[in-house]
Amino acid sequence: MAEKKTIDARGTYCPGPLMELIAGMKMASVGDELEVLSTDEGSAKDIPEWINKVGHQVVSTSEANGTWHVVVRKMK
Amino acid sequence: MRILIVGGGMGGTILANNLARRLKGELKANKAQITMLSASDKHMYQPGLLYVALGRMATDELYRDQASLLEPGIQFHADPVEEFHLDKNHVKTKSGKTFNYDLIAIATGSRAVPEEIPGLAENSINVYTEEAALKFYKTISEFKGGRVVIAVGVPHKCPMVPPEVTFMLYDYFKDRGMLDKVSFHYCYPIGRLHSLEPVSKWMQGEFNTRGITTETLFNMKEVDGAKKVVRSEEGSEAKFDLLVAVPAHKGMQVVEKNNLGKGGWIPVDRNRLTIEGHKNAFALGDTTNIPISKAGSTAHYEAEALAENLASIVKIGTPVRDYDGKVFCFIEAGKDRATYAMFNYNNPPDPKPPTKSIHWFKMAYNQLYWASARGLL
Repeated sequence: MAEKKTIDARGTYCPGPLMELIAGMKMASVGDELEVLSTDEGSAKDIPEWINKVGHQVVSTSEANGTWHVVVRKMK
Repeated sequence: MRILIVGGGMGGTILANNLARRLKGELKANKAQITMLSASDKHMYQPGLLYVALGRMATDELYRDQASLLEPGIQFHADPVEEFHLDKNHVKTKSGKTFNYDLIAIATGSRAVPEEIPGLAENSINVYTEEAALKFYKTISEFKGGRVVIAVGVPHKCPMVPPEVTFMLYDYFKDRGMLDKVSFHYCYPIGRLHSLEPVSKWMQGEFNTRGITTETLFNMKEVDGAKKVVRSEEGSEAKFDLLVAVPAHKGMQVVEKNNLGKGGWIPVDRNRLTIEGHKNAFALGDTTNIPISKAGSTAHYEAEALAENLASIVKIGTPVRDYDGKVFCFIEAGKDRATYAMFNYNNPPDPKPPTKSIHWFKMAYNQLYWASARGLL
């Protein structure tokens, strides 16, 4: 059964939200959703860029109170 | 109060020594007890492996007897934990002993797992164990020239290793007069050259000067040793004559076997380092799932904060300090220049141009480390 997991990368610079997501993807199962919380506006661009290139799916991107919420689904 | 520290690396050792000094009176009066369990009776200075790999440090310089680093009063056993029973406040060790505790801190570290990418372990070199570092040096000393590809896995210990190993290897071949026979190609998992944007910008300039080519969004998928090609999850490939890997890491197997955390990373509160669901259990260093650098300096600053908190729990029954996410990393920019990055949860890094003086400070720190491990620096 697919799970939904949160990666709270707010206020972290190294290795950063995208690297944390890549690490999280390795441990996830196909169909799982991962929500990345980031205070770096660049995450709204660089996470979808990688997700699309590698063949996963961006479910949603939103911003609230300075935190970006990027939800993605593992597709393979 | 019985305090059990599992792991004798940088985090566990600094924690034990700092704590022993804070609880000197309690230890003397038998009101507190500090026990350390480690997998080895030796302590390795892991950052030294990079220098061993480049032929600039001998392997015996990496080690001290663990017991010799510990404050009097700390009970040390080279007897690794095999079972954690956090609900029952005890652990069981390889020798069959049971250790009960009131407070436990887990600092078992992480390990490189090149074997998890097909073909990587057999067809690449890395700097993450003594054996690997010696193989690294032997390989580069026999290298006759060709295309060197540096490829980086996720997550990895010490985010400064990818640029450092690139710059130091460049200078190694430069000193041997081989730059006309060697080219460098640097592959990185995200859309820039380093997770820290200021470091990435600085690296780009340094790479341009040296003619080092790059490819970003490159996550290793497999290595074809016969064709000498590393392929990425993103669908690209890089041909190599020498593949330098920064392999992905995992936490220790004992963490996974005991279901303490997926991938061997234990979930903790990012400020108090408390293990989720256990008020008297803590983790620090590479062992945690906190999304910050897996590096010695992270373990060091976490250990200082945790020592203060464990001591205050013993003395007044409550922790008093938050770990603020502080990390300080030297960055070797070759054989004789270095810079550094310092940051925490609230303040981004602002690395300055490399200088010779910072490089020599790093050289001095390689020796001063033993004072650090003793909790003196």
